[in-house]
Amino acid sequence: MTVSGFLSQLLQLAIALLLAPLLLGWVNQCRAWLQNKSAPSLLLPYRTIRKLFHKDAVVAENASAMFRITPYVVFAAMALAAAIVPSLATNLPFARAADAIALVGLFALARVFIALAAMDLGTAFGSMGARREMFVGFLAEPALLMVLFTASLISGSTLLPTIVETFTQRDLAIYPSLAFAGVAFTMVSLAENARIPVDNPATHLELTMIHEAMILEYSARHLALMEWAAALKLFNYSCIGLALFVPFGIAQGNADASAILGATPVLIAKLAGGGLGLALIETLSAKMRIFRTPEFLGTAFLLAVLGMLVNLLLGS
Amino acid sequence: MAAMTGIPIWAQLINLLAAVLLLLAFAMLSQRRVLSLINLFAAQGFALACSTAIVAWATGQTHLYGSAALTLLLKVALLPWLLHRLVRKLDVRWDVEGLLNIPTTMLVGIVLVVFAFNLAAPIEQLASTITRSTLGIAMACVMLAFLMMITRRKAIPQVIGFLAMENGLFFAATSATYGMPMVVELGIALDVLVAMLILGVFFFQIREQFDSLDLKHLEKLKESE
Repeated sequence: MTVSGFLSQLLQLAIALLLAPLLLGWVNQCRAWLQNKSAPSLLLPYRTIRKLFHKDAVVAENASAMFRITPYVVFAAMALAAAIVPSLATNLPFARAADAIALVGLFALARVFIALAAMDLGTAFGSMGARREMFVGFLAEPALLMVLFTASLISGSTLLPTIVETFTQRDLAIYPSLAFAGVAFTMVSLAENARIPVDNPATHLELTMIHEAMILEYSARHLALMEWAAALKLFNYSCIGLALFVPFGIAQGNADASAILGATPVLIAKLAGGGLGLALIETLSAKMRIFRTPEFLGTAFLLAVLGMLVNLLLGS
Repeated sequence: MAAMTGIPIWAQLINLLAAVLLLLAFAMLSQRRVLSLINLFAAQGFALACSTAIVAWATGQTHLYGSAALTLLLKVALLPWLLHRLVRKLDVRWDVEGLLNIPTTMLVGIVLVVFAFNLAAPIEQLASTITRSTLGIAMACVMLAFLMMITRRKAIPQVIGFLAMENGLFFAATSATYGMPMVVELGIALDVLVAMLILGVFFFQIREQFDSLDLKHLEKLKESE
């Protein structure tokens, strides 16, 4: 790993860390507009995080070390994932170090830690949220892997940068299998990021919440890290989606600071479009019953499998 | 992979529309609401009409334009309109109940798709059309529609399954042999239309008799059981 490569990597990571709350703010703003409400400020997530960092942390008496280290583990996992996903440039040291399957494993690690920490205190809400999270997770993960495999079948590699490079360097062609994979990926991302058909990010209504139930016991800097990690997760999933389905504008080859900064406006434009789409989906759909989730994610899995089958049949 | 870039754009479009047909077949399989089912059927008809028109344009088979227009008229406009009217008149907007639950149906559907793709593989070798690779998808659509007819209990979804099966057959004919002769196509179109009208009358009769469109009543031999 060269020094300049390391610096570029740091730059990309810094941009990802800074953009993630902005993306969350943008989605919330779009959602408010679409629902005819007055929109919160675009910078609200930053202010929330700043406010939380300035508060004193309260931790329950019977909390174990697990409960304390979880926010750091989760945040570190999401930050590492942000370094691996080729959001701005493909030729970065971390992006080549781990493939898409390792990335899914990293998300799983964060999920396991959040769920364990939620159960650590033994509160009813925490355990319920953890159980539901694992319930959603075990259905979403295979579907996500299948989506990644569909793209890997086309490009012949599970490395995300290689997938991006093969897609952009080839003549423009229509891949029907990617249409299936795209629909499946959207469904999985909605479930994984606790968005509306599966979970409502804006509610603290006890019977419906999943993600919020798990982080209910956290406060101050721990909560800030959890919120930031959630924003980063949304950012990471968006960037994986962009890398797989709209891989244009990502810097290739020489990845120095100027190339990365040059790719940033394109990324922001793509994320703005994606965020608007997410807000649209969330406005148009209603939250489903938790026991409908297997059906929703089962459909996602089947679509991803269908994508692979179609790919094998049509050779495309 | 590399072969993909060598294929002309219209063939890619046909492949895409074939995939959309399959996607819509699965969507119909998983749909609970009657009205959405009808809309999905109309969308499937539209995708079919588009792909037929593209095949016609690409191969210069002018009679295919006729069948594309026929599909558009019949399956996108007329039949959905008739079905909508039927639903309104019979007042059957309730959710569709299946014999199997939806995830199981979808799993069976995936198995059917694999089966259809394998079945179509040797036939594709024999066909000489450029669209032959979509034959597997067409057969999968036929089988999925068949599955829908088997797993649904109510009369209207079964009829939609029947119509969707006809969509799949039509697509199979287009992809394997550039479509059937015009006379045959017209005959089939008329058949479907007449079947639809007769089944519409049937629905009223069934409901008159049993106060429900659930076809399990028809399986009983005696009235008192």
